[in-house]
Amino acid sequence: MPSRVVIVGASLGGLRTAEALRKAGFSDEIVVVGAEEHLPYNRPPLSKEVLAAGISHTAVAFPMRASVSDVTWRLGVPAADCDIDRRVLTLADGATLDYDGLVVGTGLRSRRLAVPGPPPTVAAGRHSLRTLDDAAALRTELVPGARIVVLGAGFIGCEVAATARTLGCEVTAVAIDPYPMVRPLGALLGAQTQRRHEAHGVQFRLGAGVTAFHGDVKVTGVELSSGEVLPADVVVEAISSHCNTEWLASTDLDLTDGVLCDNTLRAHRRDGSPIDGVHAVGDLARFPNPLFDDVPRRVEHWNIPTETGKRVGSALAAYLSGEGYDAAIASEFAPLPAFWSDQFDMRLQSFGAPGLAGGDPDDIRILEGDLEDEVIVGYHRGERLMGVVGIGMLKSVMAYRSAIGHVATAAS
Amino acid sequence: MRVTVDMDACQDHGQCCFAAPEVFHLDDDGHLVYDANPDDSLREKVEDAVDVCPTQAITVAD
Ligand SMILES: Cc1cc2nc3c(=O)[nH]c(=O)nc-3n(C[C@H](O)[C@H](O)[C@H](O)COP(=O)(O)OP(=O)(O)OC[C@H]3O[C@@H](n4cnc5c(N)ncnc54)[C@H](O)[C@@H]3O)c2cc1C
Ligand code: SF4
Repeated sequence: MPSRVVIVGASLGGLRTAEALRKAGFSDEIVVVGAEEHLPYNRPPLSKEVLAAGISHTAVAFPMRASVSDVTWRLGVPAADCDIDRRVLTLADGATLDYDGLVVGTGLRSRRLAVPGPPPTVAAGRHSLRTLDDAAALRTELVPGARIVVLGAGFIGCEVAATARTLGCEVTAVAIDPYPMVRPLGALLGAQTQRRHEAHGVQFRLGAGVTAFHGDVKVTGVELSSGEVLPADVVVEAISSHCNTEWLASTDLDLTDGVLCDNTLRAHRRDGSPIDGVHAVGDLARFPNPLFDDVPRRVEHWNIPTETGKRVGSALAAYLSGEGYDAAIASEFAPLPAFWSDQFDMRLQSFGAPGLAGGDPDDIRILEGDLEDEVIVGYHRGERLMGVVGIGMLKSVMAYRSAIGHVATAAS
Repeated sequence: MRVTVDMDACQDHGQCCFAAPEVFHLDDDGHLVYDANPDDSLREKVEDAVDVCPTQAITVAD
């Protein structure tokens, strides 16, 4: 009997898994189930160049390799339920799919604020940014002079703020944190980000919560915990994300913050046992990375769907063929997280896990350059380099890649 | 194997240079230069470079 792999989530992680299955010699059926109508596309441009230039699927679609030309794409219908023991997936339209291997790649969605005021809909002027359709809806609002209030000053919030400002909007970014991007980057580079945004005319309200949206049908203002009301034509909610795991709710998988996995990305049951043939990839996979330690973590970086997809494709192909599976599981998976962000003329490049720096004031320190201009900052835990972030100095930042996770004091 | 980089799309991220240093590198100004006709033995590395390019600017033909 030919076997079937069902991949749920038709995005980067799903695509790379399908390619890796084929590369590893799996020639039976692959079905990819996706909630969106679109074939896989690249999300990072949605807050950057594509948001500025104009939105179309062709502008961001991933090229399709010949090896996956026989994959079945079931798009526009989300998965609704799954029976892990009987190996059956149920879609929202009631259709069922039996599988021999299952890959969970359903990623994240934006969290919306639950405060009084108009509902979280585009019609009400409340936007979020995760999908092509979100970006298309937001793009039409970004006209010169429009008053945009961005809630959340993480990467996506800061990128949207920069893009909207570049398009001539009046932009205010609101965050509960003391600096923009302080969680991933720390105060040192957070303050730099703020300075650079302010120089371009973005305003900040930091240390501020949102208590209500004003307006009847459409948002007209955002009320802050300080009592101030920011006038707003458009609100962009970029506060944080939820993992799309509701369709697994009836299973006994450990769904605490994504899908708990081992180092082979095998999903774990709540009793701690891994399930052969069931893997997670991409933003929602919570896995231990021996480059740092043995704590399972999710990593919302663009290179992780590709790294995990390759890992899962080869392990799953080995499992289904019965050849080389033990070796696949025994091998170590230690991908280097990599992230970039473009905001105005600032190119940020991050390698490793800056967020894992220790609490010592000296743990986050300048390695090269000048904070006011181009700079490289190292994030340490004791003597170990956990991550580096550069503003500019691209070539020099790259030189630290191989030092990450190790005790190192200079580029190697 | 023929390698093409869409230089309008390329933003000199340099990720490709790590995946396939034999084929891609950044010059002293930080701009991408590459070998458009690398040896076939480098195919796997070049395919990895295609995957890691954030702007998906690299294409490979036989
Ligand atoms: C605006 C934006 C900008 C970004 N910029 C950067 C950047 O500059 N640098 C960087 O490193 N990373 C960036 N990222 C992060 C990067 O895009 C993600 O890490 C990557 O998209 C994760 O891929 P994934 O395949 O895990 O999940 P996703 O891309 O989230 O895809 C999950 C897919 O599953 C679908 N789905 C959800 N539920 C179901 C269901 N029940 N059934 C079927 N399908 C379902 C979703 O519709 C979606 O298509 C950005 C992300 C966004 C949104
Ligand atoms: S990874 Fe892509 S964008 Fe970066 S230098 Fe290479 S081709 Fe250009």
